[in-house]
Parts: sequence; structure tokens; C-alpha cells
Amino acid sequence: MSNINTGLQPPRKTDQFEEDDKDIFENSQMLINIGPQHPATHGTLRIACRLNGEVVEESKSEIGYLHRGMEKLGEVKTYHKFIPYTDRLNYCSALQNNVAYVTTVEKLMGIEIPPRNVYIRTMICEMARIIDHIICVGINAFDLGAMTYFLLGFHQREEAYTLIESLCGSRLTTSYTRIGGLSGDLPENFLPRMKKWLDGVEKTFKELDKLLTNNRIWVDRTKGVGTFTAEQALAYSMTGPCLRASNVNIDLRRDRPYLAYKDLEFDVPVAKGGDVYDRYLVRLAEIFESVRILRQIVEKMPKGPIWADDKRVRIPDKERVYNSMESLIHHFKFFMEGFDVPAGEAYCPMEGPNGEMGFYIISRGGPKAYRLRIRAPSFFMFQPVDEMIKGENIADVIAVIGSVNIIAGELDR
Amino acid sequence: MNLQFPKEKIDRIKARYGDAIEEVVIEKVDVPVFYIRKDKIVDFLSSIRIEDGMEYDFLADLTAYDDNPPASIPEYGLGNVVRSGGSHRFCVVYQLFSLKFLDRIRIKVRVKEDEECPSMVPLWKGANWLEREVYDLYGIRFTGHPNMTRIMLDQRWVGYPQRKDYPIKKYQRFEGSSTLESLGLEEHPRHNPLEEVNSVSAASPLGQRTADRSNLKGPRT
Repeated sequence: MSNINTGLQPPRKTDQFEEDDKDIFENSQMLINIGPQHPATHGTLRIACRLNGEVVEESKSEIGYLHRGMEKLGEVKTYHKFIPYTDRLNYCSALQNNVAYVTTVEKLMGIEIPPRNVYIRTMICEMARIIDHIICVGINAFDLGAMTYFLLGFHQREEAYTLIESLCGSRLTTSYTRIGGLSGDLPENFLPRMKKWLDGVEKTFKELDKLLTNNRIWVDRTKGVGTFTAEQALAYSMTGPCLRASNVNIDLRRDRPYLAYKDLEFDVPVAKGGDVYDRYLVRLAEIFESVRILRQIVEKMPKGPIWADDKRVRIPDKERVYNSMESLIHHFKFFMEGFDVPAGEAYCPMEGPNGEMGFYIISRGGPKAYRLRIRAPSFFMFQPVDEMIKGENIADVIAVIGSVNIIAGELDR
Repeated sequence: MNLQFPKEKIDRIKARYGDAIEEVVIEKVDVPVFYIRKDKIVDFLSSIRIEDGMEYDFLADLTAYDDNPPASIPEYGLGNVVRSGGSHRFCVVYQLFSLKFLDRIRIKVRVKEDEECPSMVPLWKGANWLEREVYDLYGIRFTGHPNMTRIMLDQRWVGYPQRKDYPIKKYQRFEGSSTLESLGLEEHPRHNPLEEVNSVSAASPLGQRTADRSNLKGPRT
């Protein structure tokens, strides 16, 4: 930040204003500071732009306002105690983070989870994807003035949170998964309600597609804005919908199948332009693909247990804990001391809503991780924003920030 | 679960880059780990990035960890401390991904406490912030980095929090914004943050609170 050329003059005294008036027009450079508290940044981050007229000549972004030392906390909490922290990373897709974290620990321990659990996890990942995309395209449109889109989209998001609430008891910070299992099985009547919600999402977004995709104002504001080529995007390690909007056909769900994705049929939408409009199109298409995946999951959902048959990680049933001394002791020791994870290291990347989401855990035995690294997509998305907005109008900066979907929780960790 | 890493590829890398490789560790559950000598890491990464049959051209992640914490660390406020042995202090980790063959590889470099590591910004622009983050949290400097400053914490911060010898609860309080100050928008006198935490004025309510916290003996975890 120290070498930014602000072009700012030192503050002038009041009586100097009149004679200096023409200087304002001659030196039209100006420093605009967006954030850290600003309605359009959707989180605490700061972009300082040096403008020439309305065009951004140079910008510097600053992060760290939400830095809570998550990775350090991962080294002092037991493996189970860290699950609620994963909700606070990308709080728009908490379910996806839960799944990514427990899968990594299970990989270290060599635990195979039963098919019903695999399908439920795939299902909640896709729900998280739909919710995250609704937020991203909804808020992006809202920032540019399309309020109807935001309100109609958010209705479906609330419906999704009602479903999730019946699943795990809370709406936003879910902590649904457990190592080797889940906090509970699907509630009664869940799948029919899911079907109804999917119909609602599909109907709403078909309408919204008609409303916005060919809207003249929307297209004018977003087409050719914040353009990023495939080479640029790869140099900055961008992943997910933003990379696919730049014409790179990579999707870990299809290319490195995990969970139940190899049994499911879906397409990977790719766009060529790499601008804000294309990122919107890719996200919109992914909502429809996720609906398609979820419909197949509802049909295929297997029956059976949700817990892996492994004594090390199985949480004792409440009924037994309340009625037998041994189970109570087991339960107490399980949560107070944790369980040993064998030494080794694992990195288990998944295709999160924003891109590659993964935890890199180094274990040296014992109930706590030796090192827990969170590979969060937003960090990689925000870095190139300076390059994306160079030469754009100041009003388009908001469009670009919205389109890459920065979530401060996982940006700063 | 991920697919198995092809074994012939490991042998190929071993044969081709034998002089650069210190050690190869085959993980039971994950991709193989290659420990590369620090003076060869730039050559190795720029070569494996374009070589036929490898093409690990996508930097998925860059991070580090405290491999050998010093023997004299405080008792409380730390994670499990297990030393791996050896004369180095840190490991810098590169997670590479091949867009063509869709497989992964993990590269590690051992770095001593007072040593610098070569920067990868010429190869991947995205390494810029990642290396700044490693510098911020571990204190490893990268040679040839365009802007080696802190990224998460305040520029006036003292110490490197992710190191194992940094207590989990340690408060450093700063007044004003170093960013605004560097932009020339506001002026704030420079503080010595350590002095400020230690010499607390009991009259100020904020100071009182800081004083109370500093008396705590570590966390309850």
C-alpha cells in the first residue's frame, strides 16, 4: 500500500479554494476508497482506486479485516471441535465446507462411509451450490439495480434454508456432518419437500432467465466488463465458475469424481468471454444442472445406515448414554479427549460453489491436527480483481466484485 | 475418494530429476510427496510445468508449516508439538495440478529459520499473495518477490502467529490505520506495540481490559 501514487493534494485552506478551482479540472485524478464497510463489498475488504475521470487507473486491494486465525485454531482444537469453525468460512455454502473437512479427516483415517451417507452428502453439496449461486447472481444483479431478481431469487434461498433447518436444526451455520457420519438422518417427508423446492427453483429461475439474460440494461452493464482470458485466469489459479467462464473446461466433480458424482449425469457449462456476463451465465446454467443432479439423487437415494462401521469415530447413541455408565464414560472421553488420527497428510479438494475448496491436514498422531491449511477459493479470486478492474469505469468495479463472489469469511479465514 | 497416482510417473520423475530430489515419500492415502533441494526448486518447477507427460501447470496451493519448532517453547496455548527432526525449521508446500492429465503432485522445500526461499511469482502470478501470506504468518521471506509485506495482519505486527512458539492468545493493539497513514490521509504517531501491551495504564478502561487478559494463563482448550 505504501507505494501507491494517490495523486492527492494536501488539504487546502478555505480561502485558497477559489483560486485553485481550475486545478480541480486540470488534475482530475482522485482517490476513491471502497470498503472496508460498504454495502457493495459484501464483507469487510477494501479496494483503494486511483481514478482518472471515471476510469480506474490503478487500484490496491487490502484484506485481513476478518482474519480470525482459523488455521491456528485448527492446531489447538480436536478434529471434532473444528467442524463448527468450517461453517464460518464460506457462510453461504456451509454444508459444502462441512463435507470437505470431514472427508479429509476420513481419508486420513481410512474410513469408508456407507452409500446413504454418500448420497446425502452429495445432496447437501448441491443444495449449497444452488444457495451460493442464488446469492452471487442475485446480489450481483441487485448491485446493478435489478431488485426484482434479488427478491425472487432470495425467496427460493429462504425455502432452501427451511429445508436445511429441518435437516440439522439451524439455517446458516449448519455443522451437519460428523467424522464418519452425520448429525442425523434425513427427517420424515424430506425428499418430497425437496422435490417441491426443486420445482420452485426451476420455475423461478426460468422466469428470472427471461427477465434478465436478454435485458438490454443488464447486458450493456456486464458484457465486456472485467474480461479475463484463460491464460490470465490460470496464472492466478482461479477455479470454479469464474475459470469456466474464461473457457477452461475443468470441473473436479466430473474430472476427479468424488462422493456419488460418478453415478450422476450432469453437464459442465463453459462460456468463452470471461466477462461479468459470462460468469452470470455459467452460474445460472449451474443452478439448472444442480437441480438436475438433485432430481437424480432424490430418485436414487439408497436406504441403510448413515454411520460408518468404525468404533473410533462412532458417536454413542443418546439413548445408551443416558442409560448406561460405560456409554456415558465413552461419550465423555470421546468429546473431551477426541480420537487419534494416524500420522500422515491428506489434501482432499472438492468442487465448491466458488471453486476448488479443500483442507490440507498434516497429522502426527494424536487428537489434534499438526497443520490445518484451508485452501479457500475466494482468496484466489480476489487477487486478480486489481487486474480485472484496471481501465474499467468506477461503477463497473461493483459489478466485477459481485461477479467473482468474494466471501470475506473464507478470504481472510 | 481420489484415484491412485500412477507409479510409473513417480519413477520417471525420480530418473529425470534425481539430482534435485532429496527424498520421496509415498503417502498411504494421498499423492506422493517430493522433497526438492532449495537451490533447485525454481528449475524443477519451471521444468515440470512444461515437460511432456507431466505438465503440472496449475498451482493449486502454496503454503508452509512449522516442521521443527524450537525446543524451548512455552507450555500452554499450543497445538501438539512433534518435531520431525533435521536441521531445517519450515517446509514450504506446493500443491500442483495437471490440467491435461488431471492428477496432483505435492512438492516440499525445507527451509531453515534464517533462510529465504525463491519466489514463484515469475512462474505463477497467483503466488504473490500466497507467498505474502506465508511471510505474514510464518516469517519465511521469498527472494525476488515484488512486494514482501504482511497481508492479513497489521504492518506493525510483531512476530509470526502461525509458528508453534507463538502463543494462541497474545494481544497486540494498534491505534489508527497503517493503510490510511501510508496513503497520507491521516497521521498517527508510530507506536511500539510491545511496549503498549506491556505498559498498561490502569486508568483507561481499554487498558484495564488488556491488563486483565494478559494475566490469564493460557486457554482452557
